[in-house]
Amino acid sequence: MSTAETTWISGPVLRARPDGAFRLRESVTVGDQALLGEVIRIARDEITVQLYEDTSGLRPGIEVTGSGRLLSIPLGPAILAGIFDGLLRPIADIADPYVKPGMQVHAARRFHFTPSACVGDPLVPGAAIGEVANGTGIAQRCLMPADLPGGRVSAIADAGEYPDDQPICWIDAADGRRLAVAMTHAWPVRVPRPVQARLPSDEPMLTGQRVIDCLFPVARGGTGAIPGGFGTGKTVLLETVGKWCNADVIVYVGCGERGNEMAGLLAEFTELEDPRSGRPLLERTVVIANTSNMPVSAREASIYTGITVAEYFRDQGMNVTLMADSTSRWAEALREVSGRLGELPGEAGYPAYLSSRLADFYERAARVRTLGGETGSVTLLGAVSPPSGDFSEPVTTHTRRYVGSLWGLDAKRAQARFYPAIHPLQSYSLVAGNLARWWHTTGCTRWQELRRRFLTLLEDEARLERMARIIGRDAMPPRQRLVLICAQLVNECFLRQSAYSMNDRFASPSRQAVMMRLIGSFIEGSERLLDAGVAPEAIRDQPVFRRLMRMGEEIEEGDWEAFSALDQELTATIRRLINEAREGGGE
Amino acid sequence: MTYARLVGEEIANRAEGPLLFLSRSLDVGLNEAVEVEGADGSVRLGRIAALDEDSITVEMLDDTAGLALQGTRVRFFGEPLRFHVGPGLLGRVFNGIGKPLDGGPPLAAEHAYRVDGLPIKPTAREAPSEFLETGFTSIDLMNSLVRGQKLPLFSGGGLPHDRIAVDIACNARLPGDTQEAEGFAIVFAGIGIPHDSAEFFREEMEKSGALARTVLFLNLASDSSAQRLLAPRFALTAAEYLAFVEGMHVLVILTDLTNYCEALREVSASRGEVPSRKGYPGYMYSDLATLYERAGRIRGKSGSVTQVPILTMPNDDITHPIPDLTGYITEGQIVLDRDLHRRDIYPPIRLLPSLSRLMKDGIGKGRTHADHPALAAQLYASYSQAQQTRVLAGVVGEDGLSEDDRKLLLFGDDFEQTVIHQGVDARTLEESMTAGWSALRALPAGELHRLDDRQIREHLLDRAPRREPVA
Ligand SMILES: Nc1ncnc2c1ncn2[C@@H]1O[C@H](COP(=O)(O)OP(=O)(O)OP(=O)(O)O)[C@@H](O)[C@H]1O
Ligand SMILES: [Mg+2]
Repeated sequence: MSTAETTWISGPVLRARPDGAFRLRESVTVGDQALLGEVIRIARDEITVQLYEDTSGLRPGIEVTGSGRLLSIPLGPAILAGIFDGLLRPIADIADPYVKPGMQVHAARRFHFTPSACVGDPLVPGAAIGEVANGTGIAQRCLMPADLPGGRVSAIADAGEYPDDQPICWIDAADGRRLAVAMTHAWPVRVPRPVQARLPSDEPMLTGQRVIDCLFPVARGGTGAIPGGFGTGKTVLLETVGKWCNADVIVYVGCGERGNEMAGLLAEFTELEDPRSGRPLLERTVVIANTSNMPVSAREASIYTGITVAEYFRDQGMNVTLMADSTSRWAEALREVSGRLGELPGEAGYPAYLSSRLADFYERAARVRTLGGETGSVTLLGAVSPPSGDFSEPVTTHTRRYVGSLWGLDAKRAQARFYPAIHPLQSYSLVAGNLARWWHTTGCTRWQELRRRFLTLLEDEARLERMARIIGRDAMPPRQRLVLICAQLVNECFLRQSAYSMNDRFASPSRQAVMMRLIGSFIEGSERLLDAGVAPEAIRDQPVFRRLMRMGEEIEEGDWEAFSALDQELTATIRRLINEAREGGGE
Repeated sequence: MTYARLVGEEIANRAEGPLLFLSRSLDVGLNEAVEVEGADGSVRLGRIAALDEDSITVEMLDDTAGLALQGTRVRFFGEPLRFHVGPGLLGRVFNGIGKPLDGGPPLAAEHAYRVDGLPIKPTAREAPSEFLETGFTSIDLMNSLVRGQKLPLFSGGGLPHDRIAVDIACNARLPGDTQEAEGFAIVFAGIGIPHDSAEFFREEMEKSGALARTVLFLNLASDSSAQRLLAPRFALTAAEYLAFVEGMHVLVILTDLTNYCEALREVSASRGEVPSRKGYPGYMYSDLATLYERAGRIRGKSGSVTQVPILTMPNDDITHPIPDLTGYITEGQIVLDRDLHRRDIYPPIRLLPSLSRLMKDGIGKGRTHADHPALAAQLYASYSQAQQTRVLAGVVGEDGLSEDDRKLLLFGDDFEQTVIHQGVDARTLEESMTAGWSALRALPAGELHRLDDRQIREHLLDRAPRREPVA
């Protein structure tokens, strides 16, 4: 291994005189504490290293040791249900409650391995060798590392417990080498893991949030971004989706955000049950936490760590959803590192490659056929924190170009405590059309039609509200007043969905469909009433309106009887009002 | 302030702005503290900012004006800047770098902590969930503060944030009056404040008796800007000691963070760094985070650090980088309003942009009151509707409003006068809730969609129904 002698140090960057060869992006350790770093620049007789830890106390003369490989993380059975820093170093041990320099990377642990390949079997890179249990109830595959050539199994361990860093399978490679494979293998974080093919995506990644699933859905293997000023609800939305979405594995990257939030998330995910498996949510989750007060340079790496972990589970044939909170903090870390390298700043001080880095990141989302021949997906959701809540800044504008769904959070809605504060007119989904089939075949045959209806209603509302501001609501014709009332219902009862309401924090597709239909019936019924001469306000003042407004809150998941009772009450009310109008008109 | 060890002395050979350059004859490390003694005997603090094989770059934390190369000695301490603390902190007054200002004896230096602190592992944090009463309805009922939270006050020049800060310091209490048993302390840091404000704080706290449970740090406007950067760090180090060693619940009030950020900008500019928004350094977010993130609870330890930082928004502009970056780090914000202040409403808290993110974890059944969350949600919904109606009324005139809209307008006025406004008296949470329910009675009960039928019956209809029954 090459070494180098430190000649200059300032902040998280040092320069050193190399003795031996170093590569760009090679990971290195520095000094006795083995601080972790990465080579970011190479000259003939000098390397520049960025350190991922607090550098207090470092001095010239200290030795830098190369690792011979790019900045990599260990992928294996120890990851699931774990909590790590930005470089995938475990931080679950709290005997010392503080983050200190020189934390240990990865200590081998024992896991139960069951072989699925047999001696003599041909194995391609990325193929499954066996199954590994890590006590989470999720069966994990042990994969042939994708950067090794294929070959034939020459020996394989029997079922049993082994340390995850020891070989359990030996392979005679096509190129004549004899390879030993362990349950855990290293992968460079900045290199996307290869796949056989990218597949089209026509299945939704269901979030349990009505405004997303029904109005601005995201596909499995798709991408979504949530821009919003501070306090508008990005984190709560990502966490809520993390709790209830139908992914097999959640990778949650807390990138430069709050420590208390991470603590809250850990507490909640330990307590809450995954509705599908009945086990603690944490067991299907990987948390990568690099809070705002942890070293900035590791913040930059944490996003890549997260996506590499997500791809690792995808390659086992799982559907993975990664949430990154917040991609803006990552972009800022890029800016800081770039500034230190003296690169020419572009827009708002960000390096010129910001846009391509964002593109590379979102490009790693996909539904794929894995090298092993299975289907898996990585869905990426990123929060964006625009300075001053101004969506015209570089990170928001570039992100907008690369994501399939955008949920724009509105400060006004958030201030009125209308959550999620997704503004329907500042949001979009490019994939809604592709997903309609899924909804229609799942029993919600009017999904597309009602979706259009709601969206049109919300657009009309915005226009009419402007008008109301000029002429006053009372001066508007009844039809327009009715539009406002229907829009109020869509907003209040369908789009609004408190993450803290026991009944309403999650809505299954069936419950979403029922609510959608009921609102549809109200709209259609009230239009008939209007034609019969009933004033919109008279419709709104019916008790059934309050029941509809509160149905999300009051009717729990699976209580179809209550929904159909409400449906009948609605039908009866409309019929009664029509009759009254006829009689009244007849007199 | 004393230092554990002294590793050596050196003479500077070049000075440039806040930087001193020395040749490297000692084996010192990055970030270690130094003391620079001028020819006139004045002592300044600094730290090692960069090192190469031949030279040491020292960044001064004090004004360098008047510093000469001749006769200037630099003493190295071989470790980062530390604050030596021990029992007897309460009731004391220090300057921004931990030197006693009260003429009292030096502190029993039992522990020496790095003033920069260390990041708490997210896994070691206990999620904050215990209500802390401030005595203000707009906070306790509408934006509850919990122990371990950081909740800033966004103020503006000329608004009564000093008064509010003192009121919170004097009235804050743990529910159930467990003060004595659990130990409750205040750490108050004035950052770059005028002499008069400093006196005001000291006097008011003394008058109310709060000084005895308070540690005061006063960095005056006349002190150097680099010391301004240290004042909150010394204060937080004291707070962490009280919380995590002595096991107390500590409320830290920092005022005014705007002065801190100005100092940060000044120091950054003198280093010749490329500025980001409005001339503030690009790392201001991370720098502020190293202060704010020191709020919290640690698993297995009984104490807590709660922060109420106060800042004045330049030009009352909430999108200015100082409030903006703060809001992105803290767990909510309490925003003061000039218009309410003009109308003599005290505290003049503008509720719509105010928010406490940890409120949900600290209120409700088993914590405050089962109906607290719904009441706050309904008040927010109705008040924000009232505000919209006000805008509407401003355009079309009150005559153009419907009956319901007029009711909303009345509710809005009444809410500001009876719920937000409370004058000088602190309210208990019960009193705050009573004020809230009573304001809601002005609205048609059928339209209170955030309340369930039972809440409407119990709190609004059964008690002196003022108007409309439920539809
Ligand atoms: N879906 C929701 N249901 C209920 N409350 C919500 C919801 N979303 C947000 N909130 C409320 O808004 C507050 C702020 O939300 P959140 O912390 O997610 O904001 P953020 O956009 O992540 O802000 P920042 O950029 O500063 O991190 C929460 O503490 C919560 O009180
Ligand atoms: Mg957030």
